[in-house]
Amino acid sequence: MKTRSSGQPRAQRAPEAARLLQLYSQMLLIRRSEERLSTMFADGEVPGFIHLSIGQEAVSAGVMSALNAEDTIASTHRGHGHAIAKGLPLEGFFLELLARDEGLCRGRGGSMHVADMSVGMLGANGIVGAGLPIALGSAMAHQLLGRKAVAVAFFGDGALGEGVVHECFNLASLWKLPLLFVCENNGWSEFLPSSKQIAFKLGELAAAFQLPHVAVDGNDVAAVADAAEKMVRGIRAGEPAVLECVTTRVRGHFEGDAQKYRNPDEVAKLAERDPLRLTAMQLQNMGVAEAELASTAESVEQRVEAAVAAARRGRDPDFEAARADVYSRVEGNHG
Amino acid sequence: MAELRYLRAVNQALNDAMAADPAVILFGEDVGEAGGSFGATRGLRDRYGPSRVRDTPISEATIAGAAVGAALSGLKPVVEIMFMDFTTLVMDAMVNQAAKARFMFGGQGSVPMVLRTPHGGGLGAGPQHSQCLEAWFAHVPGLKVVCPADPVSAYGLLRAAIDDPDPVIVVENKALYAMRMDAPERLDIIPIGKAATIRAGRDVTIVTYGATVKTALDAAERLATDGVEAEVIDLRSLQPWDEAAVLASLSKTHRFVVVHEAVEAFGIGGEIAARMADIGFDELDGPIVRVGAPFMPVPFSRALESAYQPTADRVIAAVRRTLD
Repeated sequence: MKTRSSGQPRAQRAPEAARLLQLYSQMLLIRRSEERLSTMFADGEVPGFIHLSIGQEAVSAGVMSALNAEDTIASTHRGHGHAIAKGLPLEGFFLELLARDEGLCRGRGGSMHVADMSVGMLGANGIVGAGLPIALGSAMAHQLLGRKAVAVAFFGDGALGEGVVHECFNLASLWKLPLLFVCENNGWSEFLPSSKQIAFKLGELAAAFQLPHVAVDGNDVAAVADAAEKMVRGIRAGEPAVLECVTTRVRGHFEGDAQKYRNPDEVAKLAERDPLRLTAMQLQNMGVAEAELASTAESVEQRVEAAVAAARRGRDPDFEAARADVYSRVEGNHG
Repeated sequence: MAELRYLRAVNQALNDAMAADPAVILFGEDVGEAGGSFGATRGLRDRYGPSRVRDTPISEATIAGAAVGAALSGLKPVVEIMFMDFTTLVMDAMVNQAAKARFMFGGQGSVPMVLRTPHGGGLGAGPQHSQCLEAWFAHVPGLKVVCPADPVSAYGLLRAAIDDPDPVIVVENKALYAMRMDAPERLDIIPIGKAATIRAGRDVTIVTYGATVKTALDAAERLATDGVEAEVIDLRSLQPWDEAAVLASLSKTHRFVVVHEAVEAFGIGGEIAARMADIGFDELDGPIVRVGAPFMPVPFSRALESAYQPTADRVIAAVRRTLD
């Protein structure tokens, strides 16, 4: 992997190294959180289904580095990275994944529905492709209410088979909505390679809808961040766009999926493209000391462990309180 | 008093809501330049501009899904789905997203959106432009469903729906769009969840909503000539519904008939009948009888459709059955 700043004078590369270190730290936070979730899931501490984004952290960290607090995102079933990078409080996140009353969604949503309206995270989603229209509507609101904000729709390459992708590309282009489509192309649609399911290239689809399309190495966090920043600038000026991040799904479709449908050599080779490894190498080439990476790792570890400990102390939610909260107000008999 | 048409009442409610709150926006197929395929949004694009009254492509799933996103981001969208039959295409947005967002996000915010859509037959519109599918939505926790039977309710319930912090499906009956009635100059909001007793009677309760309110009233007038006084309740709101008002009427008449244009089996009437059979068991002096459409698609031919739709004759027969 080509490094971006080797050979530059130190005065110029310092801010770039600082930025990359920040992105590295964000990716590491996602990675360690998901690794922790993986072991806790295996131990039976995390209920339900979880879908890990290990190997895809550069997309979350890179795209979110181009966004402001008032920008909104609609996420996917594989949304832990999006949530963490958008700035959800880590304790509230873990409390939710452990189904606690103090969780961000009071233990009613869990991994596939984690959301935090206060940071513009409009929800992970259990339905493939469903986030696109939601992000599109959010972009309409930004446009109509005269906000400078943008909305981002995350989706995987598996979602390309969904009709709403086509509807939303059309509408975003037609209405010049402040909307960034981010395709996390990990090559897999659940248990099948997307090549067996999708007959077109995303770039060609985007072109058909007159949407600018950029494909980047989705495991190169600086490349993702640079592309996202440039596209978000264009989007704020009224040009919606499609960012395709070619990335790697290391784990199964869901946690516990033994991936028997995958060649073990292919999975083993993914380590070469590990976004954390690549970024660590880039940082070292920029002159960031090993000790600094280690101390970043240590502080991330501490944050994750503190969040896990807090989540373990959480309460079970109360059934009657949940039942009373289906509607904002109740008039008459609902059944 | 002034004469008010149903369709005009819908238009007036949209206009007044938009004038009162700049967050209210309209979008859907042909709601802008064309003023709505039935004319419900006529004039609104000129008054409020193309940003707030937007024509969309024929993309129902995204119309509804975008309403969810817009509602989560500070707007109060009112979307139109041209025929209720087309709501098959909005099911993910309504059932998985709109209905659940408030609950599954732990009460963070809500989804203040309205989906307006016309149901009902009688126009020879055939199997895919006539269905009454309101029971599907009433079955989903998190959604509200109203079904106005007259112009005053069409205004009042739509205003209430737009003001409501939660997603509301407003089901209009397209056969009623031309209906006229005398209405007060100042139209009021009608609260969701409240039924209206539109004819008082001591002998039998007929609970209904939408276009069959008229059918039930016709039946009640004919029964009165035979000395049977039917009480007719217009539910107005199906989810939530006014269980207390229905039970109070049953407790007075002790006979119970429920009528709707929708297919009888597995419908709204079945739910109401089951509740009354439970909490009203001691009040019942006869069987609860349902009147609805038979279990078949809405047919196209006038000869078939007129046999398909509930009639006053069938309501009278149902009343006779419970009185026997």
